[in-house]
Amino acid sequence: MSPTTHSAAGAAHQRGWLRTWVFSTDHKVVGIQYLVASASMLLFGGLLAMAMRWQLAWPWTEMPILGKLLFPATGRVISPAFYTSLFTMHGTAMVFFAILPLLTGAFGNFLIPLLVGAPDMAFPRLNAASFWILLLAMGLFLAGFFVEGGAASAGWTSYPPLATLPSAAPGSGAGQTLWLLAIVVSGVASILNALNAVVTVVKMRVPGLTWMRLPLTVWGLFVAAVLQLAALPVLTAGGVLQLADRWIGSAFYTPMGLMVNQFAPDTAGATGGVPLLWQHLFWFYSHPAVYVMVLPAMGMVSDILSVNARKPVFGYRPMVWAIAAIAGLGLIVWGHHMFTSGMGLEIGRAFMISTMMIALPSAVKTFNWVATIWGGRIRLTAAMCFALGFVALFVIGGLSGIWLAATPVDVYLHDTMLVVAHFHYIVFGGTVMAVFGALHHWFPKMTGRALSETLGRVHCFGTFVALNCVFLPMHQLGIAGMIRRTADPNVYALYQHLEPLNRFVTWSAFALGAWQLLFLVNVVWSLRSGIRVGRNPWQASTLEWEAPSPPGHGNFDRDLVVECGPYEYGDAVGTNDWRPQAKRT
Amino acid sequence: MRHLAAAAIVLLSAAVIVFFALSPGQGWWLPPAASTIAQPIDALFDGILITATVGFVVVMALLAWAVWRGARPRADRARTVHGHLGLELGWTAAIGAVLVTVALAQLPTWAALRDPAAMPAGGATATVLAQQFAWRFGHAGDDGVLGTADDIETASELVLPAGEPVLLTLRSRDVIHSFFVPALRVKQDVVPGRAIPLWFTIKEPGTYELVCAELCGLGHHAMAGRVRALSRDEYDAWLALQSRARLSTGSEDRR
Repeated sequence: MSPTTHSAAGAAHQRGWLRTWVFSTDHKVVGIQYLVASASMLLFGGLLAMAMRWQLAWPWTEMPILGKLLFPATGRVISPAFYTSLFTMHGTAMVFFAILPLLTGAFGNFLIPLLVGAPDMAFPRLNAASFWILLLAMGLFLAGFFVEGGAASAGWTSYPPLATLPSAAPGSGAGQTLWLLAIVVSGVASILNALNAVVTVVKMRVPGLTWMRLPLTVWGLFVAAVLQLAALPVLTAGGVLQLADRWIGSAFYTPMGLMVNQFAPDTAGATGGVPLLWQHLFWFYSHPAVYVMVLPAMGMVSDILSVNARKPVFGYRPMVWAIAAIAGLGLIVWGHHMFTSGMGLEIGRAFMISTMMIALPSAVKTFNWVATIWGGRIRLTAAMCFALGFVALFVIGGLSGIWLAATPVDVYLHDTMLVVAHFHYIVFGGTVMAVFGALHHWFPKMTGRALSETLGRVHCFGTFVALNCVFLPMHQLGIAGMIRRTADPNVYALYQHLEPLNRFVTWSAFALGAWQLLFLVNVVWSLRSGIRVGRNPWQASTLEWEAPSPPGHGNFDRDLVVECGPYEYGDAVGTNDWRPQAKRT
Repeated sequence: MRHLAAAAIVLLSAAVIVFFALSPGQGWWLPPAASTIAQPIDALFDGILITATVGFVVVMALLAWAVWRGARPRADRARTVHGHLGLELGWTAAIGAVLVTVALAQLPTWAALRDPAAMPAGGATATVLAQQFAWRFGHAGDDGVLGTADDIETASELVLPAGEPVLLTLRSRDVIHSFFVPALRVKQDVVPGRAIPLWFTIKEPGTYELVCAELCGLGHHAMAGRVRALSRDEYDAWLALQSRARLSTGSEDRR
């Protein structure tokens, strides 16, 4: 790329507000659009979680103030039907419309071209299209709240026949149809986005940027995209089959002879459906989806730890191999969600062993992170605090996973609150902490201004404390046998003594939610008044810091040739304690 | 600042350990075990907990120490270390050995739960029929065979003998449910279209709560039942009483 093409691209950039910020094909704008949309869903999903926690602490109690507004028809209390919609929509919003697009959409689009030295994604129009298609999916998803019967209510896992038969649950009418359309459409959007990411990394790396010189952020995003390409078509096809069951009575998932709520399902003569088919198709993607959510987060954390410890990532190659191993094993562990489904002896053993083994690369990465900061010259930036929080919380989430991998123990713990504790430590304690860290780290590149470090550290510390207060006691609730997705634990004598724990968790959840306002304040304040930064505020090696902050259309205003790996820090890299990855030509 | 960061990690670790240590005393722990399979399951649970605690303490201590030492204000630079093959191989082998041990340790218990060869033959049996949002049970009548005209049906309460293996057959009338008795440590999804066997041995007579563990609709939270375990003599007496009651009321219309 020559400077002339850059300025030509820069001229084309002057196209008015609408073309610049709305109908843009610039990967940075698309990335920020993804960021705003998915962060809004994160906020929305969080509010749904608060409502669930209200119900679990004070079942069937009038909700103060909000109850009058939200539930006028049911005497200001959450109805059993609405409660099932709450956790269904919370899970779906968080997984499919908040966390996945935050990583693959927002960070994937913003960071991949900058980190590989490319002017844009390989297919910019396709890139913009995948965002707009996702936005359509979000619209379909939210529309579920406004149809007869209410939003989908069969859980974010939508197991048939509960999900497929309208007589089985109020939300299994129009709400479930919209849910399925949203999942299928978002699947299409994600597949297009993943395709773009893979092609960009394969074809558009700047000269000298060999595979083994890629930052781990790129490795994480790349492998996550490969996982999506491999597994997401399966879920999307499964969703189409579920739609077929609803629309043309195909009965892929409906066995014969059911009597559901006084109704025999109309299957238009089709017979022999199997409910477990959906569980296989669903988890074939939705388990790897966990790795799609966590591999990019691991990559970003690796970068943040190295930059702020002023020391190279320890064991770069083992880290890359660990990412690959997690992805490979990630495709063959889905059966551990089905240990209680009636799974046979041998197949259970196979899934148990693959699940145990996936803990190995995850643990290797953890030791490498500790070794990375070991003996470093640590700067406790807000990003670094979040990255350290990620490591600590990921360890807890990883260790509780061993219980769930051990088949006989999983039989007891499956569908209890311990599972909820486990995956929230991975997805909130892990991924969301990493996302906050990454936002602090790359916000200067996105906007040209830094977020407030002080506010960021305060936000990090409070989030860390509150998050543990919310999710740690959920382990005990699950160990005591409390099932998830229950609207009222007090129905069982077995759970009644857990009430103090449930109330503590709820109060902590409210505190955790309120504390996130600090981050909103930080973003709004810093956008207007944050410190203006130059190209490279963190003295980091990787390519994105060669571009202006924020980069113009086309990204780089000088030609780069990569000469070394992404983590050149410390006493042996030249006159400074860091060395840029690229030489300017 | 570094004090705060290191302290946060140390305090978290201490809080986790103290909270886990205090929980059993509060009853925020595994319910009292009432089946024979509960003993090896709880032993696995404890073994993994101890292993995980060791790993947790080691990693958190290293992490806190690295932050504490690394964040001291210093003018010199860090050593440029890119890795160490011996260390990588060492911790990979160590963690791998632990995981393989855990994997092997749970094989016999999984077999006891699921190996068809472990299925009891000829003892007490019952059928479980799940539907939104209730449990119905069938016990073999005088002829000792299930699915015949003299079956004894109960709702909500499953009656079983204690001290011997029992075999249940689980069916659903509508959606997926899950048969979960926390005290017995057994959980089995009830999948429509299939008849799924489940076996266990209850140690002592008593009443144990039965929970539906798989989301089955808006009444899922209220789909409660009980398992009542009787001594063999009491169980036989109960069966005989139910058979007589059925005959005397002349309710021959049951299927």
